[in-house]
Amino acid sequence: MLNPDLKLNQKMFDKTAEMKATRDGFGTGLIYLGETNPAVVVLTADLNESTRTEEFSKKFPERFFECGVAEQNMAAIAAGLGVSRKIPFMSSYATFSPGKNWETIRTTIVYNHSNVKIAGHHSGVMTGPDGATHQATEDIAITRCWPGIEVIVPCDSHESRKAVIMSADIDGPVYLRFSRDKSVVMTTEETPFDKKIQTFWVTENPQCTIFGTGHMLYHAMVAGKELESEGINVLVANIACIKPLDTEGVLDLIEKTGCAVSVEDHQVMGGLGGAIAELLALKRPAPMEFVGLQNTFAESGSPKDIMEKYGMGKEAIKAAVRKVIGRK
Amino acid sequence: MIVDNLDVDLTPEKLLDLQEKAVKARELVIETLLEAKSGHSAGPLGMADIFVALYFHILNHDPKDPHKPDRDRLILSNGHICPIRYVVMAMAGYFPIEELKTLRKINSRLQGHPHRTALDGVETTSGPLGEGLSQSIGYALAAKLDHKNHYIYCITSDGEHQEGNTWEAIMFAGKNKINNLTVIIDRNNIQIDGFTEDIMPLEPLREKYEAFGWHVLEVDGNNIRTFVDAVREAKAIFNKPTVIIAHTIPGKGVSFMENSYLWHGSPPDVGEVAGSPAKGEQAKIALADLRTLQGKIESEHQ
Repeated sequence: MLNPDLKLNQKMFDKTAEMKATRDGFGTGLIYLGETNPAVVVLTADLNESTRTEEFSKKFPERFFECGVAEQNMAAIAAGLGVSRKIPFMSSYATFSPGKNWETIRTTIVYNHSNVKIAGHHSGVMTGPDGATHQATEDIAITRCWPGIEVIVPCDSHESRKAVIMSADIDGPVYLRFSRDKSVVMTTEETPFDKKIQTFWVTENPQCTIFGTGHMLYHAMVAGKELESEGINVLVANIACIKPLDTEGVLDLIEKTGCAVSVEDHQVMGGLGGAIAELLALKRPAPMEFVGLQNTFAESGSPKDIMEKYGMGKEAIKAAVRKVIGRK
Repeated sequence: MIVDNLDVDLTPEKLLDLQEKAVKARELVIETLLEAKSGHSAGPLGMADIFVALYFHILNHDPKDPHKPDRDRLILSNGHICPIRYVVMAMAGYFPIEELKTLRKINSRLQGHPHRTALDGVETTSGPLGEGLSQSIGYALAAKLDHKNHYIYCITSDGEHQEGNTWEAIMFAGKNKINNLTVIIDRNNIQIDGFTEDIMPLEPLREKYEAFGWHVLEVDGNNIRTFVDAVREAKAIFNKPTVIIAHTIPGKGVSFMENSYLWHGSPPDVGEVAGSPAKGEQAKIALADLRTLQGKIESEHQ
């Protein structure tokens, strides 16, 4: 059942459930910050509309900087603004930022401890028809390895907005990851946003924990629900904050279930699954399966078709759960 | 009232004092590199006059209050020439001269390439080339948003104009008429692998900047008076960012290092360098050159 403490969207499994892109929550979060925090400034690299900074740019033109197609320049300008007591949000597609400008961010923002929030859009196969060039599927890995940065992947548009607003209060660099396509809204205005793990799907005597992040959490939820009718009870946990990882939360859930499946719209190497596996190897070894892109680039197509072809949908998640329980 | 050191005349006495400080700074660079046993020689020696002019005449700054909000910001984009910045900062009173001996060693505030959170006053972390000008724009935009009147100075190398990021920044600053920013290019014509015009030609540098909407000044970067005049002129340019192309002699003051790209990335007495004195003799001869202005005067130590 849905965790009653979290005030989740009770209609999330309905065919008519509300759909919205996580990037939309980024846009509304920025407007809130624009109105409430004069230190917040926004930069983009010729992606004003599609990364949802456009409304901010119209409302607060003096605090908006269009950098043109120049992601390295955008990153280092943001670094200078961040050191100068501004709170810059820099927005582009994740393949370009933090992809193309990785070293610039490393040196001028992360090592330099500049207070920049890096918004990486069009992450994962949810970028669909644009193809693998524009589907960022390594961005969690390449940001999470930096000392001193926080990495946040909101699961829906509400969580996006809350994460954006919260990130302005973090003293230091933050990577925020967003998706292009619409996904089911699982939370509500009232759902508390927490950097700690939240168990969205709870059952009696669970045999496995599915850890999900981003929009993929919904597919994990559907898998969890359907597995229940098969007689397999699982927990489905939302990890919005991949770094710093809620290590106690992960270990508590592993204590309860003894095995885990990670689910993410990302390569299985170095992302959420990698973070959990590192922790389990160190503290409490347990069988684990990884759902995501299996060391391959995807291709053009609808997100649904891509996920099916590349083994990332609910059926793949259910299969991983059955397999990992068998390994206990 | 804005404290502007440039409003104070550069008297002959002051100029002589700055010139003597530049010689002292060069000696300290050699001694510091000798102790560190690694680091760059040519760039720091070539830029001694400019750093002394900045810290002892141009910049509004306070070594005892390195974070004072209205200070001018000096961003060093080509972080590898940080030995001269460290030396001049020590001379200005940011930290004891003795601490220069810790450069590049464990537990030192003086990182091999400057790191903002390691040492107060270095303003930013730099070393990877092509990033300082963009960062300087960030400082300049923040100053404008806050209606502050301090200036942003960005020192870049000529070689790092081979980085695409540098041109992204030049384009942005030109478009946005960032007039509280002055860029100083150390035009010393050398980079690690050779002369810039052989490796990847930068000329015509003036015309390139002008095409991007900048005001361009060219000076002898080893002449403190002409450099100070250029900075003064840059402040008077209202509708454009200004770049000062400072023509400097790499290795300036040390006979065998001058204009030799082989000394770009080498410290003295670490190895044999073609056309230079033998290892073990290099620092001694360099210091003698500096103390006697290459034999033109007698050293007080002679």
